Amino acid sequence: MEMKSRKGNGSGRLPDVHAGFIPLVDCATLAIARELGFDRRNGIALRLHRDVSWANIRDKVNVGALDCAHMLAPMPIASSLGVGHVRVPVIAPMSLGLNGNAITVSRSLFTHMLDMDAENARAGGMAAGKALAKVVAERRQRGAEPLTLGMVYPFSCHNYELRYWLAAAGIDPDLDVQLVVIPPPLMADSLKAGQIHGFCVGEPWNSLAVELGAGVIVATKTELWRNSPEKVLGMRLSWAEDNAETMIALVRALVDAAIWLDIPGNRAEAAAILSREEYLNLPVEILARSLTGTVLRGPGMRSLPDEGFFVFHDQDATVPHHSHAVWLVSQMIRWGQIAGDFNIASLASRVFREDLYRRAIPSEGQAPRAPTAIARSAFFGGENFEPEKVLDYIRGFSIHSPALDIKALEAANS
Amino acid sequence: MGRTKIPTLKILVIDENPIRAAILDEGLREAGQPDVTILDRTTGLVNKIYSLDPDVIIIDLENPSRDVLEQMFQVSRMIKRPIAMFVDHSDGHSIEASVEAGVSAYIVDGLKKERVLPILELTMSRFNAFAKLRSELEEAKSALERRKVVDKAKAILMKTRQISEEEAYALLRTTAMQESKRISDIAQSIVTAADLLA
Repeated sequence: MEMKSRKGNGSGRLPDVHAGFIPLVDCATLAIARELGFDRRNGIALRLHRDVSWANIRDKVNVGALDCAHMLAPMPIASSLGVGHVRVPVIAPMSLGLNGNAITVSRSLFTHMLDMDAENARAGGMAAGKALAKVVAERRQRGAEPLTLGMVYPFSCHNYELRYWLAAAGIDPDLDVQLVVIPPPLMADSLKAGQIHGFCVGEPWNSLAVELGAGVIVATKTELWRNSPEKVLGMRLSWAEDNAETMIALVRALVDAAIWLDIPGNRAEAAAILSREEYLNLPVEILARSLTGTVLRGPGMRSLPDEGFFVFHDQDATVPHHSHAVWLVSQMIRWGQIAGDFNIASLASRVFREDLYRRAIPSEGQAPRAPTAIARSAFFGGENFEPEKVLDYIRGFSIHSPALDIKALEAANS
Repeated sequence: MGRTKIPTLKILVIDENPIRAAILDEGLREAGQPDVTILDRTTGLVNKIYSLDPDVIIIDLENPSRDVLEQMFQVSRMIKRPIAMFVDHSDGHSIEASVEAGVSAYIVDGLKKERVLPILELTMSRFNAFAKLRSELEEAKSALERRKVVDKAKAILMKTRQISEEEAYALLRTTAMQESKRISDIAQSIVTAADLLA
């Protein structure tokens, strides 16, 4: 029905697109598309709805209360498989950007990490995990409670990043520490109150914890895997099919916004817009840190500028990469969230719709594509991940859920 | 909707808004549900839910701690509980669609105490129907798995002992009876042993 109004010649009425978002810096693409008029220039009227939980976003998209939403990249996969909730085919025709998360630990945990292994703790990134592993071992030895770490949602990149970082250092995320979900706005307070010892969350919530004197950023997402997937535009497959033309216009509007966001000099303005009450309602200085790549990591850590802390358009950031979907599925399998008795490549193509993206943006993603294999130097301290050899990759995990069933995977993926 | 009589339930209400929580509390008590606990703060939520062990959880849709419950149910399927959700402003979308899609989740436009019980009943019945469906599905899946293992074991026996399929099955069955185990368990040990010896 929206398409009819769009085609209505001369009526001037643009089709409304209702999009949900969670107040995080990486809702920027949606906010900028609306505030700077990229939506109207592409023939749609974007209506943004702020929400408080990912479960609400999922349900509202499922029932059609929202047309589309800012989603954690694993969410459309989980919905399409029906894990954690009812099965509704949800697709991602574009990505809303790369990177943007960090791992923050409490000041007292950081002090402990320095005591055990100052060199690795101060080095940050993958190395910091080694310092944490020594703390975990020391606590176990004296019979202290396991550390409690917060993340934002079971089907989130935060969950998988944090687990990857822990496991790479020899810490079993299900046995050696306790992982709990904490809503992002409550992370800093929970850290300060000592209810959790650390967390993995998107910006601005790490910077806020540093600002409150509660935490120290020990690893950024770019240090774990530079240019890694984070949020996508998620929508029901049926909505995309019934509103094909509107969907294409929506992707174009959002890609225009992403291009604007990656023009040097525009990030300060983006921070000002996002700081408004209807978006994040937080001080612009806090938002500007990650957006301009000048994140302060807290006492004891060197804070180097990182222009790629958020990437919205460069590096093919708007493409819903098949390889990213395959990696996400590999982690869902690794940690026992899904059984993996299905073909991974075909699931990934069904959910991350590079084909629809290319239909909307024919100029990109035609000419030499970014290689599907991920640059080893940028991937978790030199590990190797080739999407075509995902079974070998999964076989290589020394720490994983006991539910991991390689035989079922082999049967469905041979 | 059919008014199925529901027994007394242990109900947990998570709502930071005291007025709304009071409306819920009153509605539940008037409907003959006296066992209501109200949590107005969400710190340490998981531990509180564990210790209280409620039959049903009612949470404000505008409460970000909804995602905390999501993980609880992911980690431990044992403590999965029906959740009713209330939102006290209308966002113009039909209740029916939510019920159809949300399984145990329920979105209501406009909170009135008279509406609390019917919603609670609906939540419970949707949850139970879904739980039943899922356990049937899991049962069907594991039955299929068991049959696959039995077929494999039969093939191994037929090959190594040069016997017919019926004889192989009879052998599995008598062994299972002698050891008072399930046929699928005996079959599994044959498959495992064959893998080891291969």
